[in-house]
Amino acid sequence: MAEISIAAAPASPSEAADHSALHRTLFIVLAALLVVLPFIPVIGYPFFLMKVLCFALFACAFNLMLGYGGLLSFGHAAYFGFASYVSAYTAKHWGLTPEASILLGTASGAILGLAFGSLAIRRQGIYFAMITLALAQMVYFFSLQTPRFTGGEDGIQAVPRNAILGVLPLSNDTVTYYLVAAIFMAGILLIYRVIHSPFGQVLKAIRDNEARAISLGYRVNQYKLAVFVLSASLAGLAGATKAVAVQLASLTDVHWSMSGEVVLMTLVGGMGTVFGPIVGAAVIISMQNFLAGLGAWVTIVQGVIFVVCVLVFREGIVGVIGKWLKKPL
Amino acid sequence: MFELLGIPPQALFGQLLLGLINGSFYAILSLGLAVIFGLLNIINFTHGAQYMMGAFIAWMLLNWVGIGYWPALLLAPIVAGVTGVIIERTLLKRLYHLDHLYGLLLTFGLALIIQGLFRNQFGSSGLPYQIPAELRGGQNLGFMFLPNYRAWVVVASLVVCLATWFVIEKTRLGAYLRAATENPTLTQAFGINVPLLITLTYGFGVGLAAFAGVLAAPIYSVNPNMGADLIIVVFAVVVIGGMGSIMGAIVTGFGLGLIEGLTKVFYPEASATVIFIIMAIVLLVKPAGLFGRAA
Repeated sequence: MAEISIAAAPASPSEAADHSALHRTLFIVLAALLVVLPFIPVIGYPFFLMKVLCFALFACAFNLMLGYGGLLSFGHAAYFGFASYVSAYTAKHWGLTPEASILLGTASGAILGLAFGSLAIRRQGIYFAMITLALAQMVYFFSLQTPRFTGGEDGIQAVPRNAILGVLPLSNDTVTYYLVAAIFMAGILLIYRVIHSPFGQVLKAIRDNEARAISLGYRVNQYKLAVFVLSASLAGLAGATKAVAVQLASLTDVHWSMSGEVVLMTLVGGMGTVFGPIVGAAVIISMQNFLAGLGAWVTIVQGVIFVVCVLVFREGIVGVIGKWLKKPL
Repeated sequence: MFELLGIPPQALFGQLLLGLINGSFYAILSLGLAVIFGLLNIINFTHGAQYMMGAFIAWMLLNWVGIGYWPALLLAPIVAGVTGVIIERTLLKRLYHLDHLYGLLLTFGLALIIQGLFRNQFGSSGLPYQIPAELRGGQNLGFMFLPNYRAWVVVASLVVCLATWFVIEKTRLGAYLRAATENPTLTQAFGINVPLLITLTYGFGVGLAAFAGVLAAPIYSVNPNMGADLIIVVFAVVVIGGMGSIMGAIVTGFGLGLIEGLTKVFYPEASATVIFIIMAIVLLVKPAGLFGRAA
């Protein structure tokens, strides 16, 4: 794991305080931006913004594992997509309120993460990636073969937006947007808190030198499983929220290409950075919107971005900015 | 006529044969992945796309140039192998000093590019490829009908797998290869051109995938997506078998194909997922894989 390029210079206490002040400012700017974005013309379509936010949360959850735990999961679509199905199904067929169906979806992501994580952490590195991919493919086939639950090729369409707590109606896109923005903000603040907790420090130690962490007496596998479950739950939260926001859960969400997309978002934005995956998600979703009419070209462009990022741009957009400012972002 | 658990023998043996054929593809592809991983330390995600390329090159040779199946069986792997050599020389060699994960990500990107280009050119619906005239028809074995082409696929892939095993385990070239896998620096110090060996190995692995693609072309329709789902199953096969042993990859490939065929007879709903379930069980019981060396 030694050579994943993450610029993390050891910080003295005063520098660390300096960094956290910078991060606090950035979070406030981000929150303010989320409030005003729907009123800005051209990009201010709530529907588009909601999609970006859901994928940004998804990418942040994925980055928690890759960037801070050094674990490359190539099957994160499973948790995202399955939670999206659970949330859509319970909202549509059981008539659950949004908060209940989103919670159930998140819980399903957590359970799936616990099951798959405890298998995958038995192997390391490249095998870990292949195992997570194979297990996720199993979820894809399951979704394909149970049309009564997933709607098969059609997916679950026209997911109703019931009133929150039975009181506040999600009558239009703008109200729903603020719900999504609140969930997104809560999600990334949680991730930020985890990264900067003692737990997060141990994770980084495992990422940088697993053998050393073991010799220091840390139960490495428990830490790996914990971050796996946390990441899968947050991916589930993102998927469940997406189902309510976009009103659709489909096979696309559980397909391996979705697992690839979230890797790409994180890579473009900068893995191992707090804000990178958000930027990456915005870039990739905008690109998909822009190129939507060109069919297979979207895939080709994504492939080219993958190749270019791996060859010459491994730090990602935010990673490069952070290096330039000499501060971890 | 005898029946087994209420399953007519035609259905049983027919599915077993299909399983054996899928197993041949698993064996050839996982063999290629293992050889490449051994020397390059890269999991070649492009393998599925290169298998698809093999089938398409055969199709293009036939429809554009008029070159038939038998020459294509040799030409398509060579053409694909040359593209592999170019990829290794221009892209992959820049990654050897980095973490393994970057190799996986780069080859994933390449797979997206190749699949996208072929989908743009040929669309997503399959193109037909005729079975060569010499192998049409079949034999009636009494308990089942054996199409000649399918028998040929199983025999051809067995021969190729065993030949690869022989070259790697029993010849001087194979000894160089194994030495370079074990310790590239020391091998190079003995005057063996390791970078050249690495390039040729990647080209050979890609050629194997393309060979499987040509074999598959007359059975499945030639389709830009034919390799994408297959490669994930092959990853599971590799996890089950472990990449330490060449013979292990061959045995696991054929064995899992047979198990998949049996599942199609007795519990068809699980046939798409059975290999993943076996992978989960193997991870619980023997995490290093059936033939793997403990890490």
